Amino acid sequence: MHAASPDRMSPDVTRTPSASAMWLRAISITSAAMLMASCNEGVLDPHGPVGKAERVILYDSTAIMLAVIIPVIVLTLVFAWWFRARNSQARYRPDWEYSGRIEMIIWSIPALIIVFLGGIAWTGSHDLDPPVPLEESTTPLDIEVISLDWRWLFIYPHEGIASLNRLVVPAGVPLRFRLTSTTVMNSFFVPQLGSQIYTMPNMVTRLNLEADQPGTFEGLSAQFSGDGFSDMRFDLVSTEAEAFKDWVNTAKTQGGVLDVSTFEDLSRPAKADGTQTYARVSEGLFDRISLRSMAAVSPQRGQ
Amino acid sequence: MGRLTWAAIPFDQPVVMIASGTVGFAIFCVLALVTVKGWWPYLWREWITSVDHKRIGVMYIGLALLMLVRGFSDAMMMRSQLALAAGHAQGYLPPEHYDQIFSAHGTIMIFFVAMPFVIGLMNFVLPLQLGVRDVAFPVLNSVGFWLSAAGVLLVNVSLVVGEFARTGWLAYPPLSEVAYSPGVGVDYYLWSLQISGLGTLLSGINLTTTILKLRAPGMGYRQMPIFCWTALASNLLIVAAFPILTATFAMLLLDRYCDFHFFTNDLGGNPMMYVNLIWSWGHPEVYILILPAFGVFSEVVATFSGKPLFGRRSMVVATMAICVLSFLVWLHHFFTMGAGADVNAFFGVMTMLIAVPTGVKIFNWLFTLYGGRIRFTVPVYWAIGFMVTFVIGGMTGVLMAIPPADFVLHNSLFLIAHFHNVIIGGVVFGVMAGITYWFPKAFGFTLNERLGKAVFWCWFLGFYLAFMPLYVLGLMGATRRMQHYSNMHWQPLMLVALAGALLILLGIVLTGVQLAVSIRRRELNRDVTGDPWNGRTLEWSTPSPPPEWNFSHTPQVDRADAFWAMKQYRGTAQDRNSQRTYEPIHIPRNNPTGFFLAFFTVLLGFSLIWRIWWGAGLGLIGVIVVGLVQAWRTDGEIEVPAEEVTAYERLHGLKEGAV
Repeated sequence: MHAASPDRMSPDVTRTPSASAMWLRAISITSAAMLMASCNEGVLDPHGPVGKAERVILYDSTAIMLAVIIPVIVLTLVFAWWFRARNSQARYRPDWEYSGRIEMIIWSIPALIIVFLGGIAWTGSHDLDPPVPLEESTTPLDIEVISLDWRWLFIYPHEGIASLNRLVVPAGVPLRFRLTSTTVMNSFFVPQLGSQIYTMPNMVTRLNLEADQPGTFEGLSAQFSGDGFSDMRFDLVSTEAEAFKDWVNTAKTQGGVLDVSTFEDLSRPAKADGTQTYARVSEGLFDRISLRSMAAVSPQRGQ
Repeated sequence: MGRLTWAAIPFDQPVVMIASGTVGFAIFCVLALVTVKGWWPYLWREWITSVDHKRIGVMYIGLALLMLVRGFSDAMMMRSQLALAAGHAQGYLPPEHYDQIFSAHGTIMIFFVAMPFVIGLMNFVLPLQLGVRDVAFPVLNSVGFWLSAAGVLLVNVSLVVGEFARTGWLAYPPLSEVAYSPGVGVDYYLWSLQISGLGTLLSGINLTTTILKLRAPGMGYRQMPIFCWTALASNLLIVAAFPILTATFAMLLLDRYCDFHFFTNDLGGNPMMYVNLIWSWGHPEVYILILPAFGVFSEVVATFSGKPLFGRRSMVVATMAICVLSFLVWLHHFFTMGAGADVNAFFGVMTMLIAVPTGVKIFNWLFTLYGGRIRFTVPVYWAIGFMVTFVIGGMTGVLMAIPPADFVLHNSLFLIAHFHNVIIGGVVFGVMAGITYWFPKAFGFTLNERLGKAVFWCWFLGFYLAFMPLYVLGLMGATRRMQHYSNMHWQPLMLVALAGALLILLGIVLTGVQLAVSIRRRELNRDVTGDPWNGRTLEWSTPSPPPEWNFSHTPQVDRADAFWAMKQYRGTAQDRNSQRTYEPIHIPRNNPTGFFLAFFTVLLGFSLIWRIWWGAGLGLIGVIVVGLVQAWRTDGEIEVPAEEVTAYERLHGLKEGAV
């Protein structure tokens, strides 16, 4: 188990003060089982502000809904058992089919829940909208992501380098992604950092993430893209600022140049196999790829 | 022969050849048996050319059961592949094969299992519940069925001749465009769904018209059984949504065949348009499937509680609210496309709104149980299993309706678990309840109870075992459609899921055993009253099975639960119905149009898939000629003489004491 588990439970507990002890216990058991199964990986073990905020939403909304779901399940079983035909103690009411009071309650309960959750959805959508920059004092690092058949290419425009199938980033620095695809749709997803976003040909999507501590986190494509899809995995390596600088400097001295002709080699379908860095990237390569057709329209309405 | 060569048949793939060889041999044996026994005239007369809604309903369900076996074998292959392919292991299915299997699984389960199941149930039940003699357009009904069967045939031909799509069950472009899927797989997908989709649309028009225009005298909307209400909502959705599907596929076909650029990467094509269009069909589609299941549960819970449905008006309002709202939520299938905060938030909230009427329905069933005298028959097992399971699926659905939650759950195994939770826990449980409930009406004897309960427990426990691990795997970052994975931690959960799938397999096998046992012991479980469950609606006022004309006298209705009322107050409605003289009845004549249309559309579809242009021409001419012949047909009806009706009623009709 990760050391942070006590605070992981807190959203459940603090946001539903009205929930009875029984519900809390059930919630804890369910959450604990899930946490145990996914202790060191996945979206319940985030390592960045986006992922953490999303985990809070997952827990809060699950807790709110369980407060109704569990009683409904229990009542279903209790009613069914008590009103079994053989139970002579149960009162049979063959004509009972309407009660205005109950009707009002059964419309209000789901409506009330949805008011809560709708609020979460509305604010969450705006706070965590992928193109919205993270509120940080540090200058963000720009990264351009290109999904190939079936590999990932990461361009660091300001550093002038590129990396294939391995994304190295400094910890604690906001990451500002622009993403596109060469052929078919993919989805760029690093579960432990949070939000995913589609990569699409002729389109640029935007995403803002951050890794708040050093570590290696698995990234993948979450949108099926053909035969090599299952291997479209990469490591996102989060390092200290100094180590990141070293990595950039090393990359600048090693590897070839990424220009239009080397890019054409890369865009031929091939399974993801090994990593590579490029010492130089020709200017505006990402834009040329994302704008290669005449009618390129970004799905975003500006930033 | 266009693109068709011997190379299209995968002789080099032993798995495929053995599987299709076995299926081919089984089909050959069945055909040989039918020929030797001389059953062809019977089949032709009583089933193939029948326009009786009850026969067509039974054939739909037979088709669905058959395809359930096919779709489930795909599922078993996927589960066993993922149980094996961990770490460096690649399993036994290479990607080019595995990708076809998951695409076929989704396509078959939705279009050729779930759809024929619910359409079959509606076909069988609606006219009987409405107190009428047939659907509005009996020949169209047969055409609709046979077009669905044509689609089924084409999908299965792809197993042996050529390949199936490797694009997932919704074939997103640009992956499904010629540039990235040059083979015939996507063409098989598109043409079989175009043909069966047309059949579904015809069926939807037919059933909508039936409900709106043909009801027993006195049956206003307020007196209409709740299953008819849910069927009305479902069929309205079919009529509104299926044309979108047809148009979307037509555009993709134009891209693939005529070099158009609706959804291509170049020349201004826009794949996002396809994604929007397909889901503006796709989301209503899930309500097309679930609403009739809700109807079944409403009937089952009320009947076996011995009470009217609680809050009938709420139920109707909730049903129609879902019908309308289902068209306003499609974008929740792609929050991760980057539409922006306002759009995402709007569609998230709209999605949640649907949970309100759905929640109300759950509470209505809950309070129908309250104060009841519940008989724990097999349909009640399914209904209570549904109530317990479906709320969990509803919860995870609402969870994913929150855009930021969806950003980490989208396309993960969590999503897979969610929609299997609602489709198995909702649609499949509903259909199983419905089949058990109305089986005696269709065949005159009830199904074996003990085996029915065994089937229930297999599905119920199998579902939890198979899909709860998938929820957890999704949270651990496992995505859908992967053919192998490197993370060894996932394997134990994958093995549990496989065990669950095996349990469901046992359930399917036991369904076969249940059918066989029930047929052999049918004399023990014979339903002579026509009302084996002490039912509430009009279908139970007919003998089991009902005569071809359903009702010798058109029933008079003055309230909901009409048959229940007749049984309670014998003096009123029953009196009006118990005249002793009968009049001649007009029933539609058998018609082979549907069968011939299916024959020529299969020829047309197959030829188009393989670019055999002369074959396509022949198929098209055939379709037109069959259509013209039908258009000029004037002998659509036959008359059942009054003496025959009288004789039937004397033999089978309900005795005075029975009602």
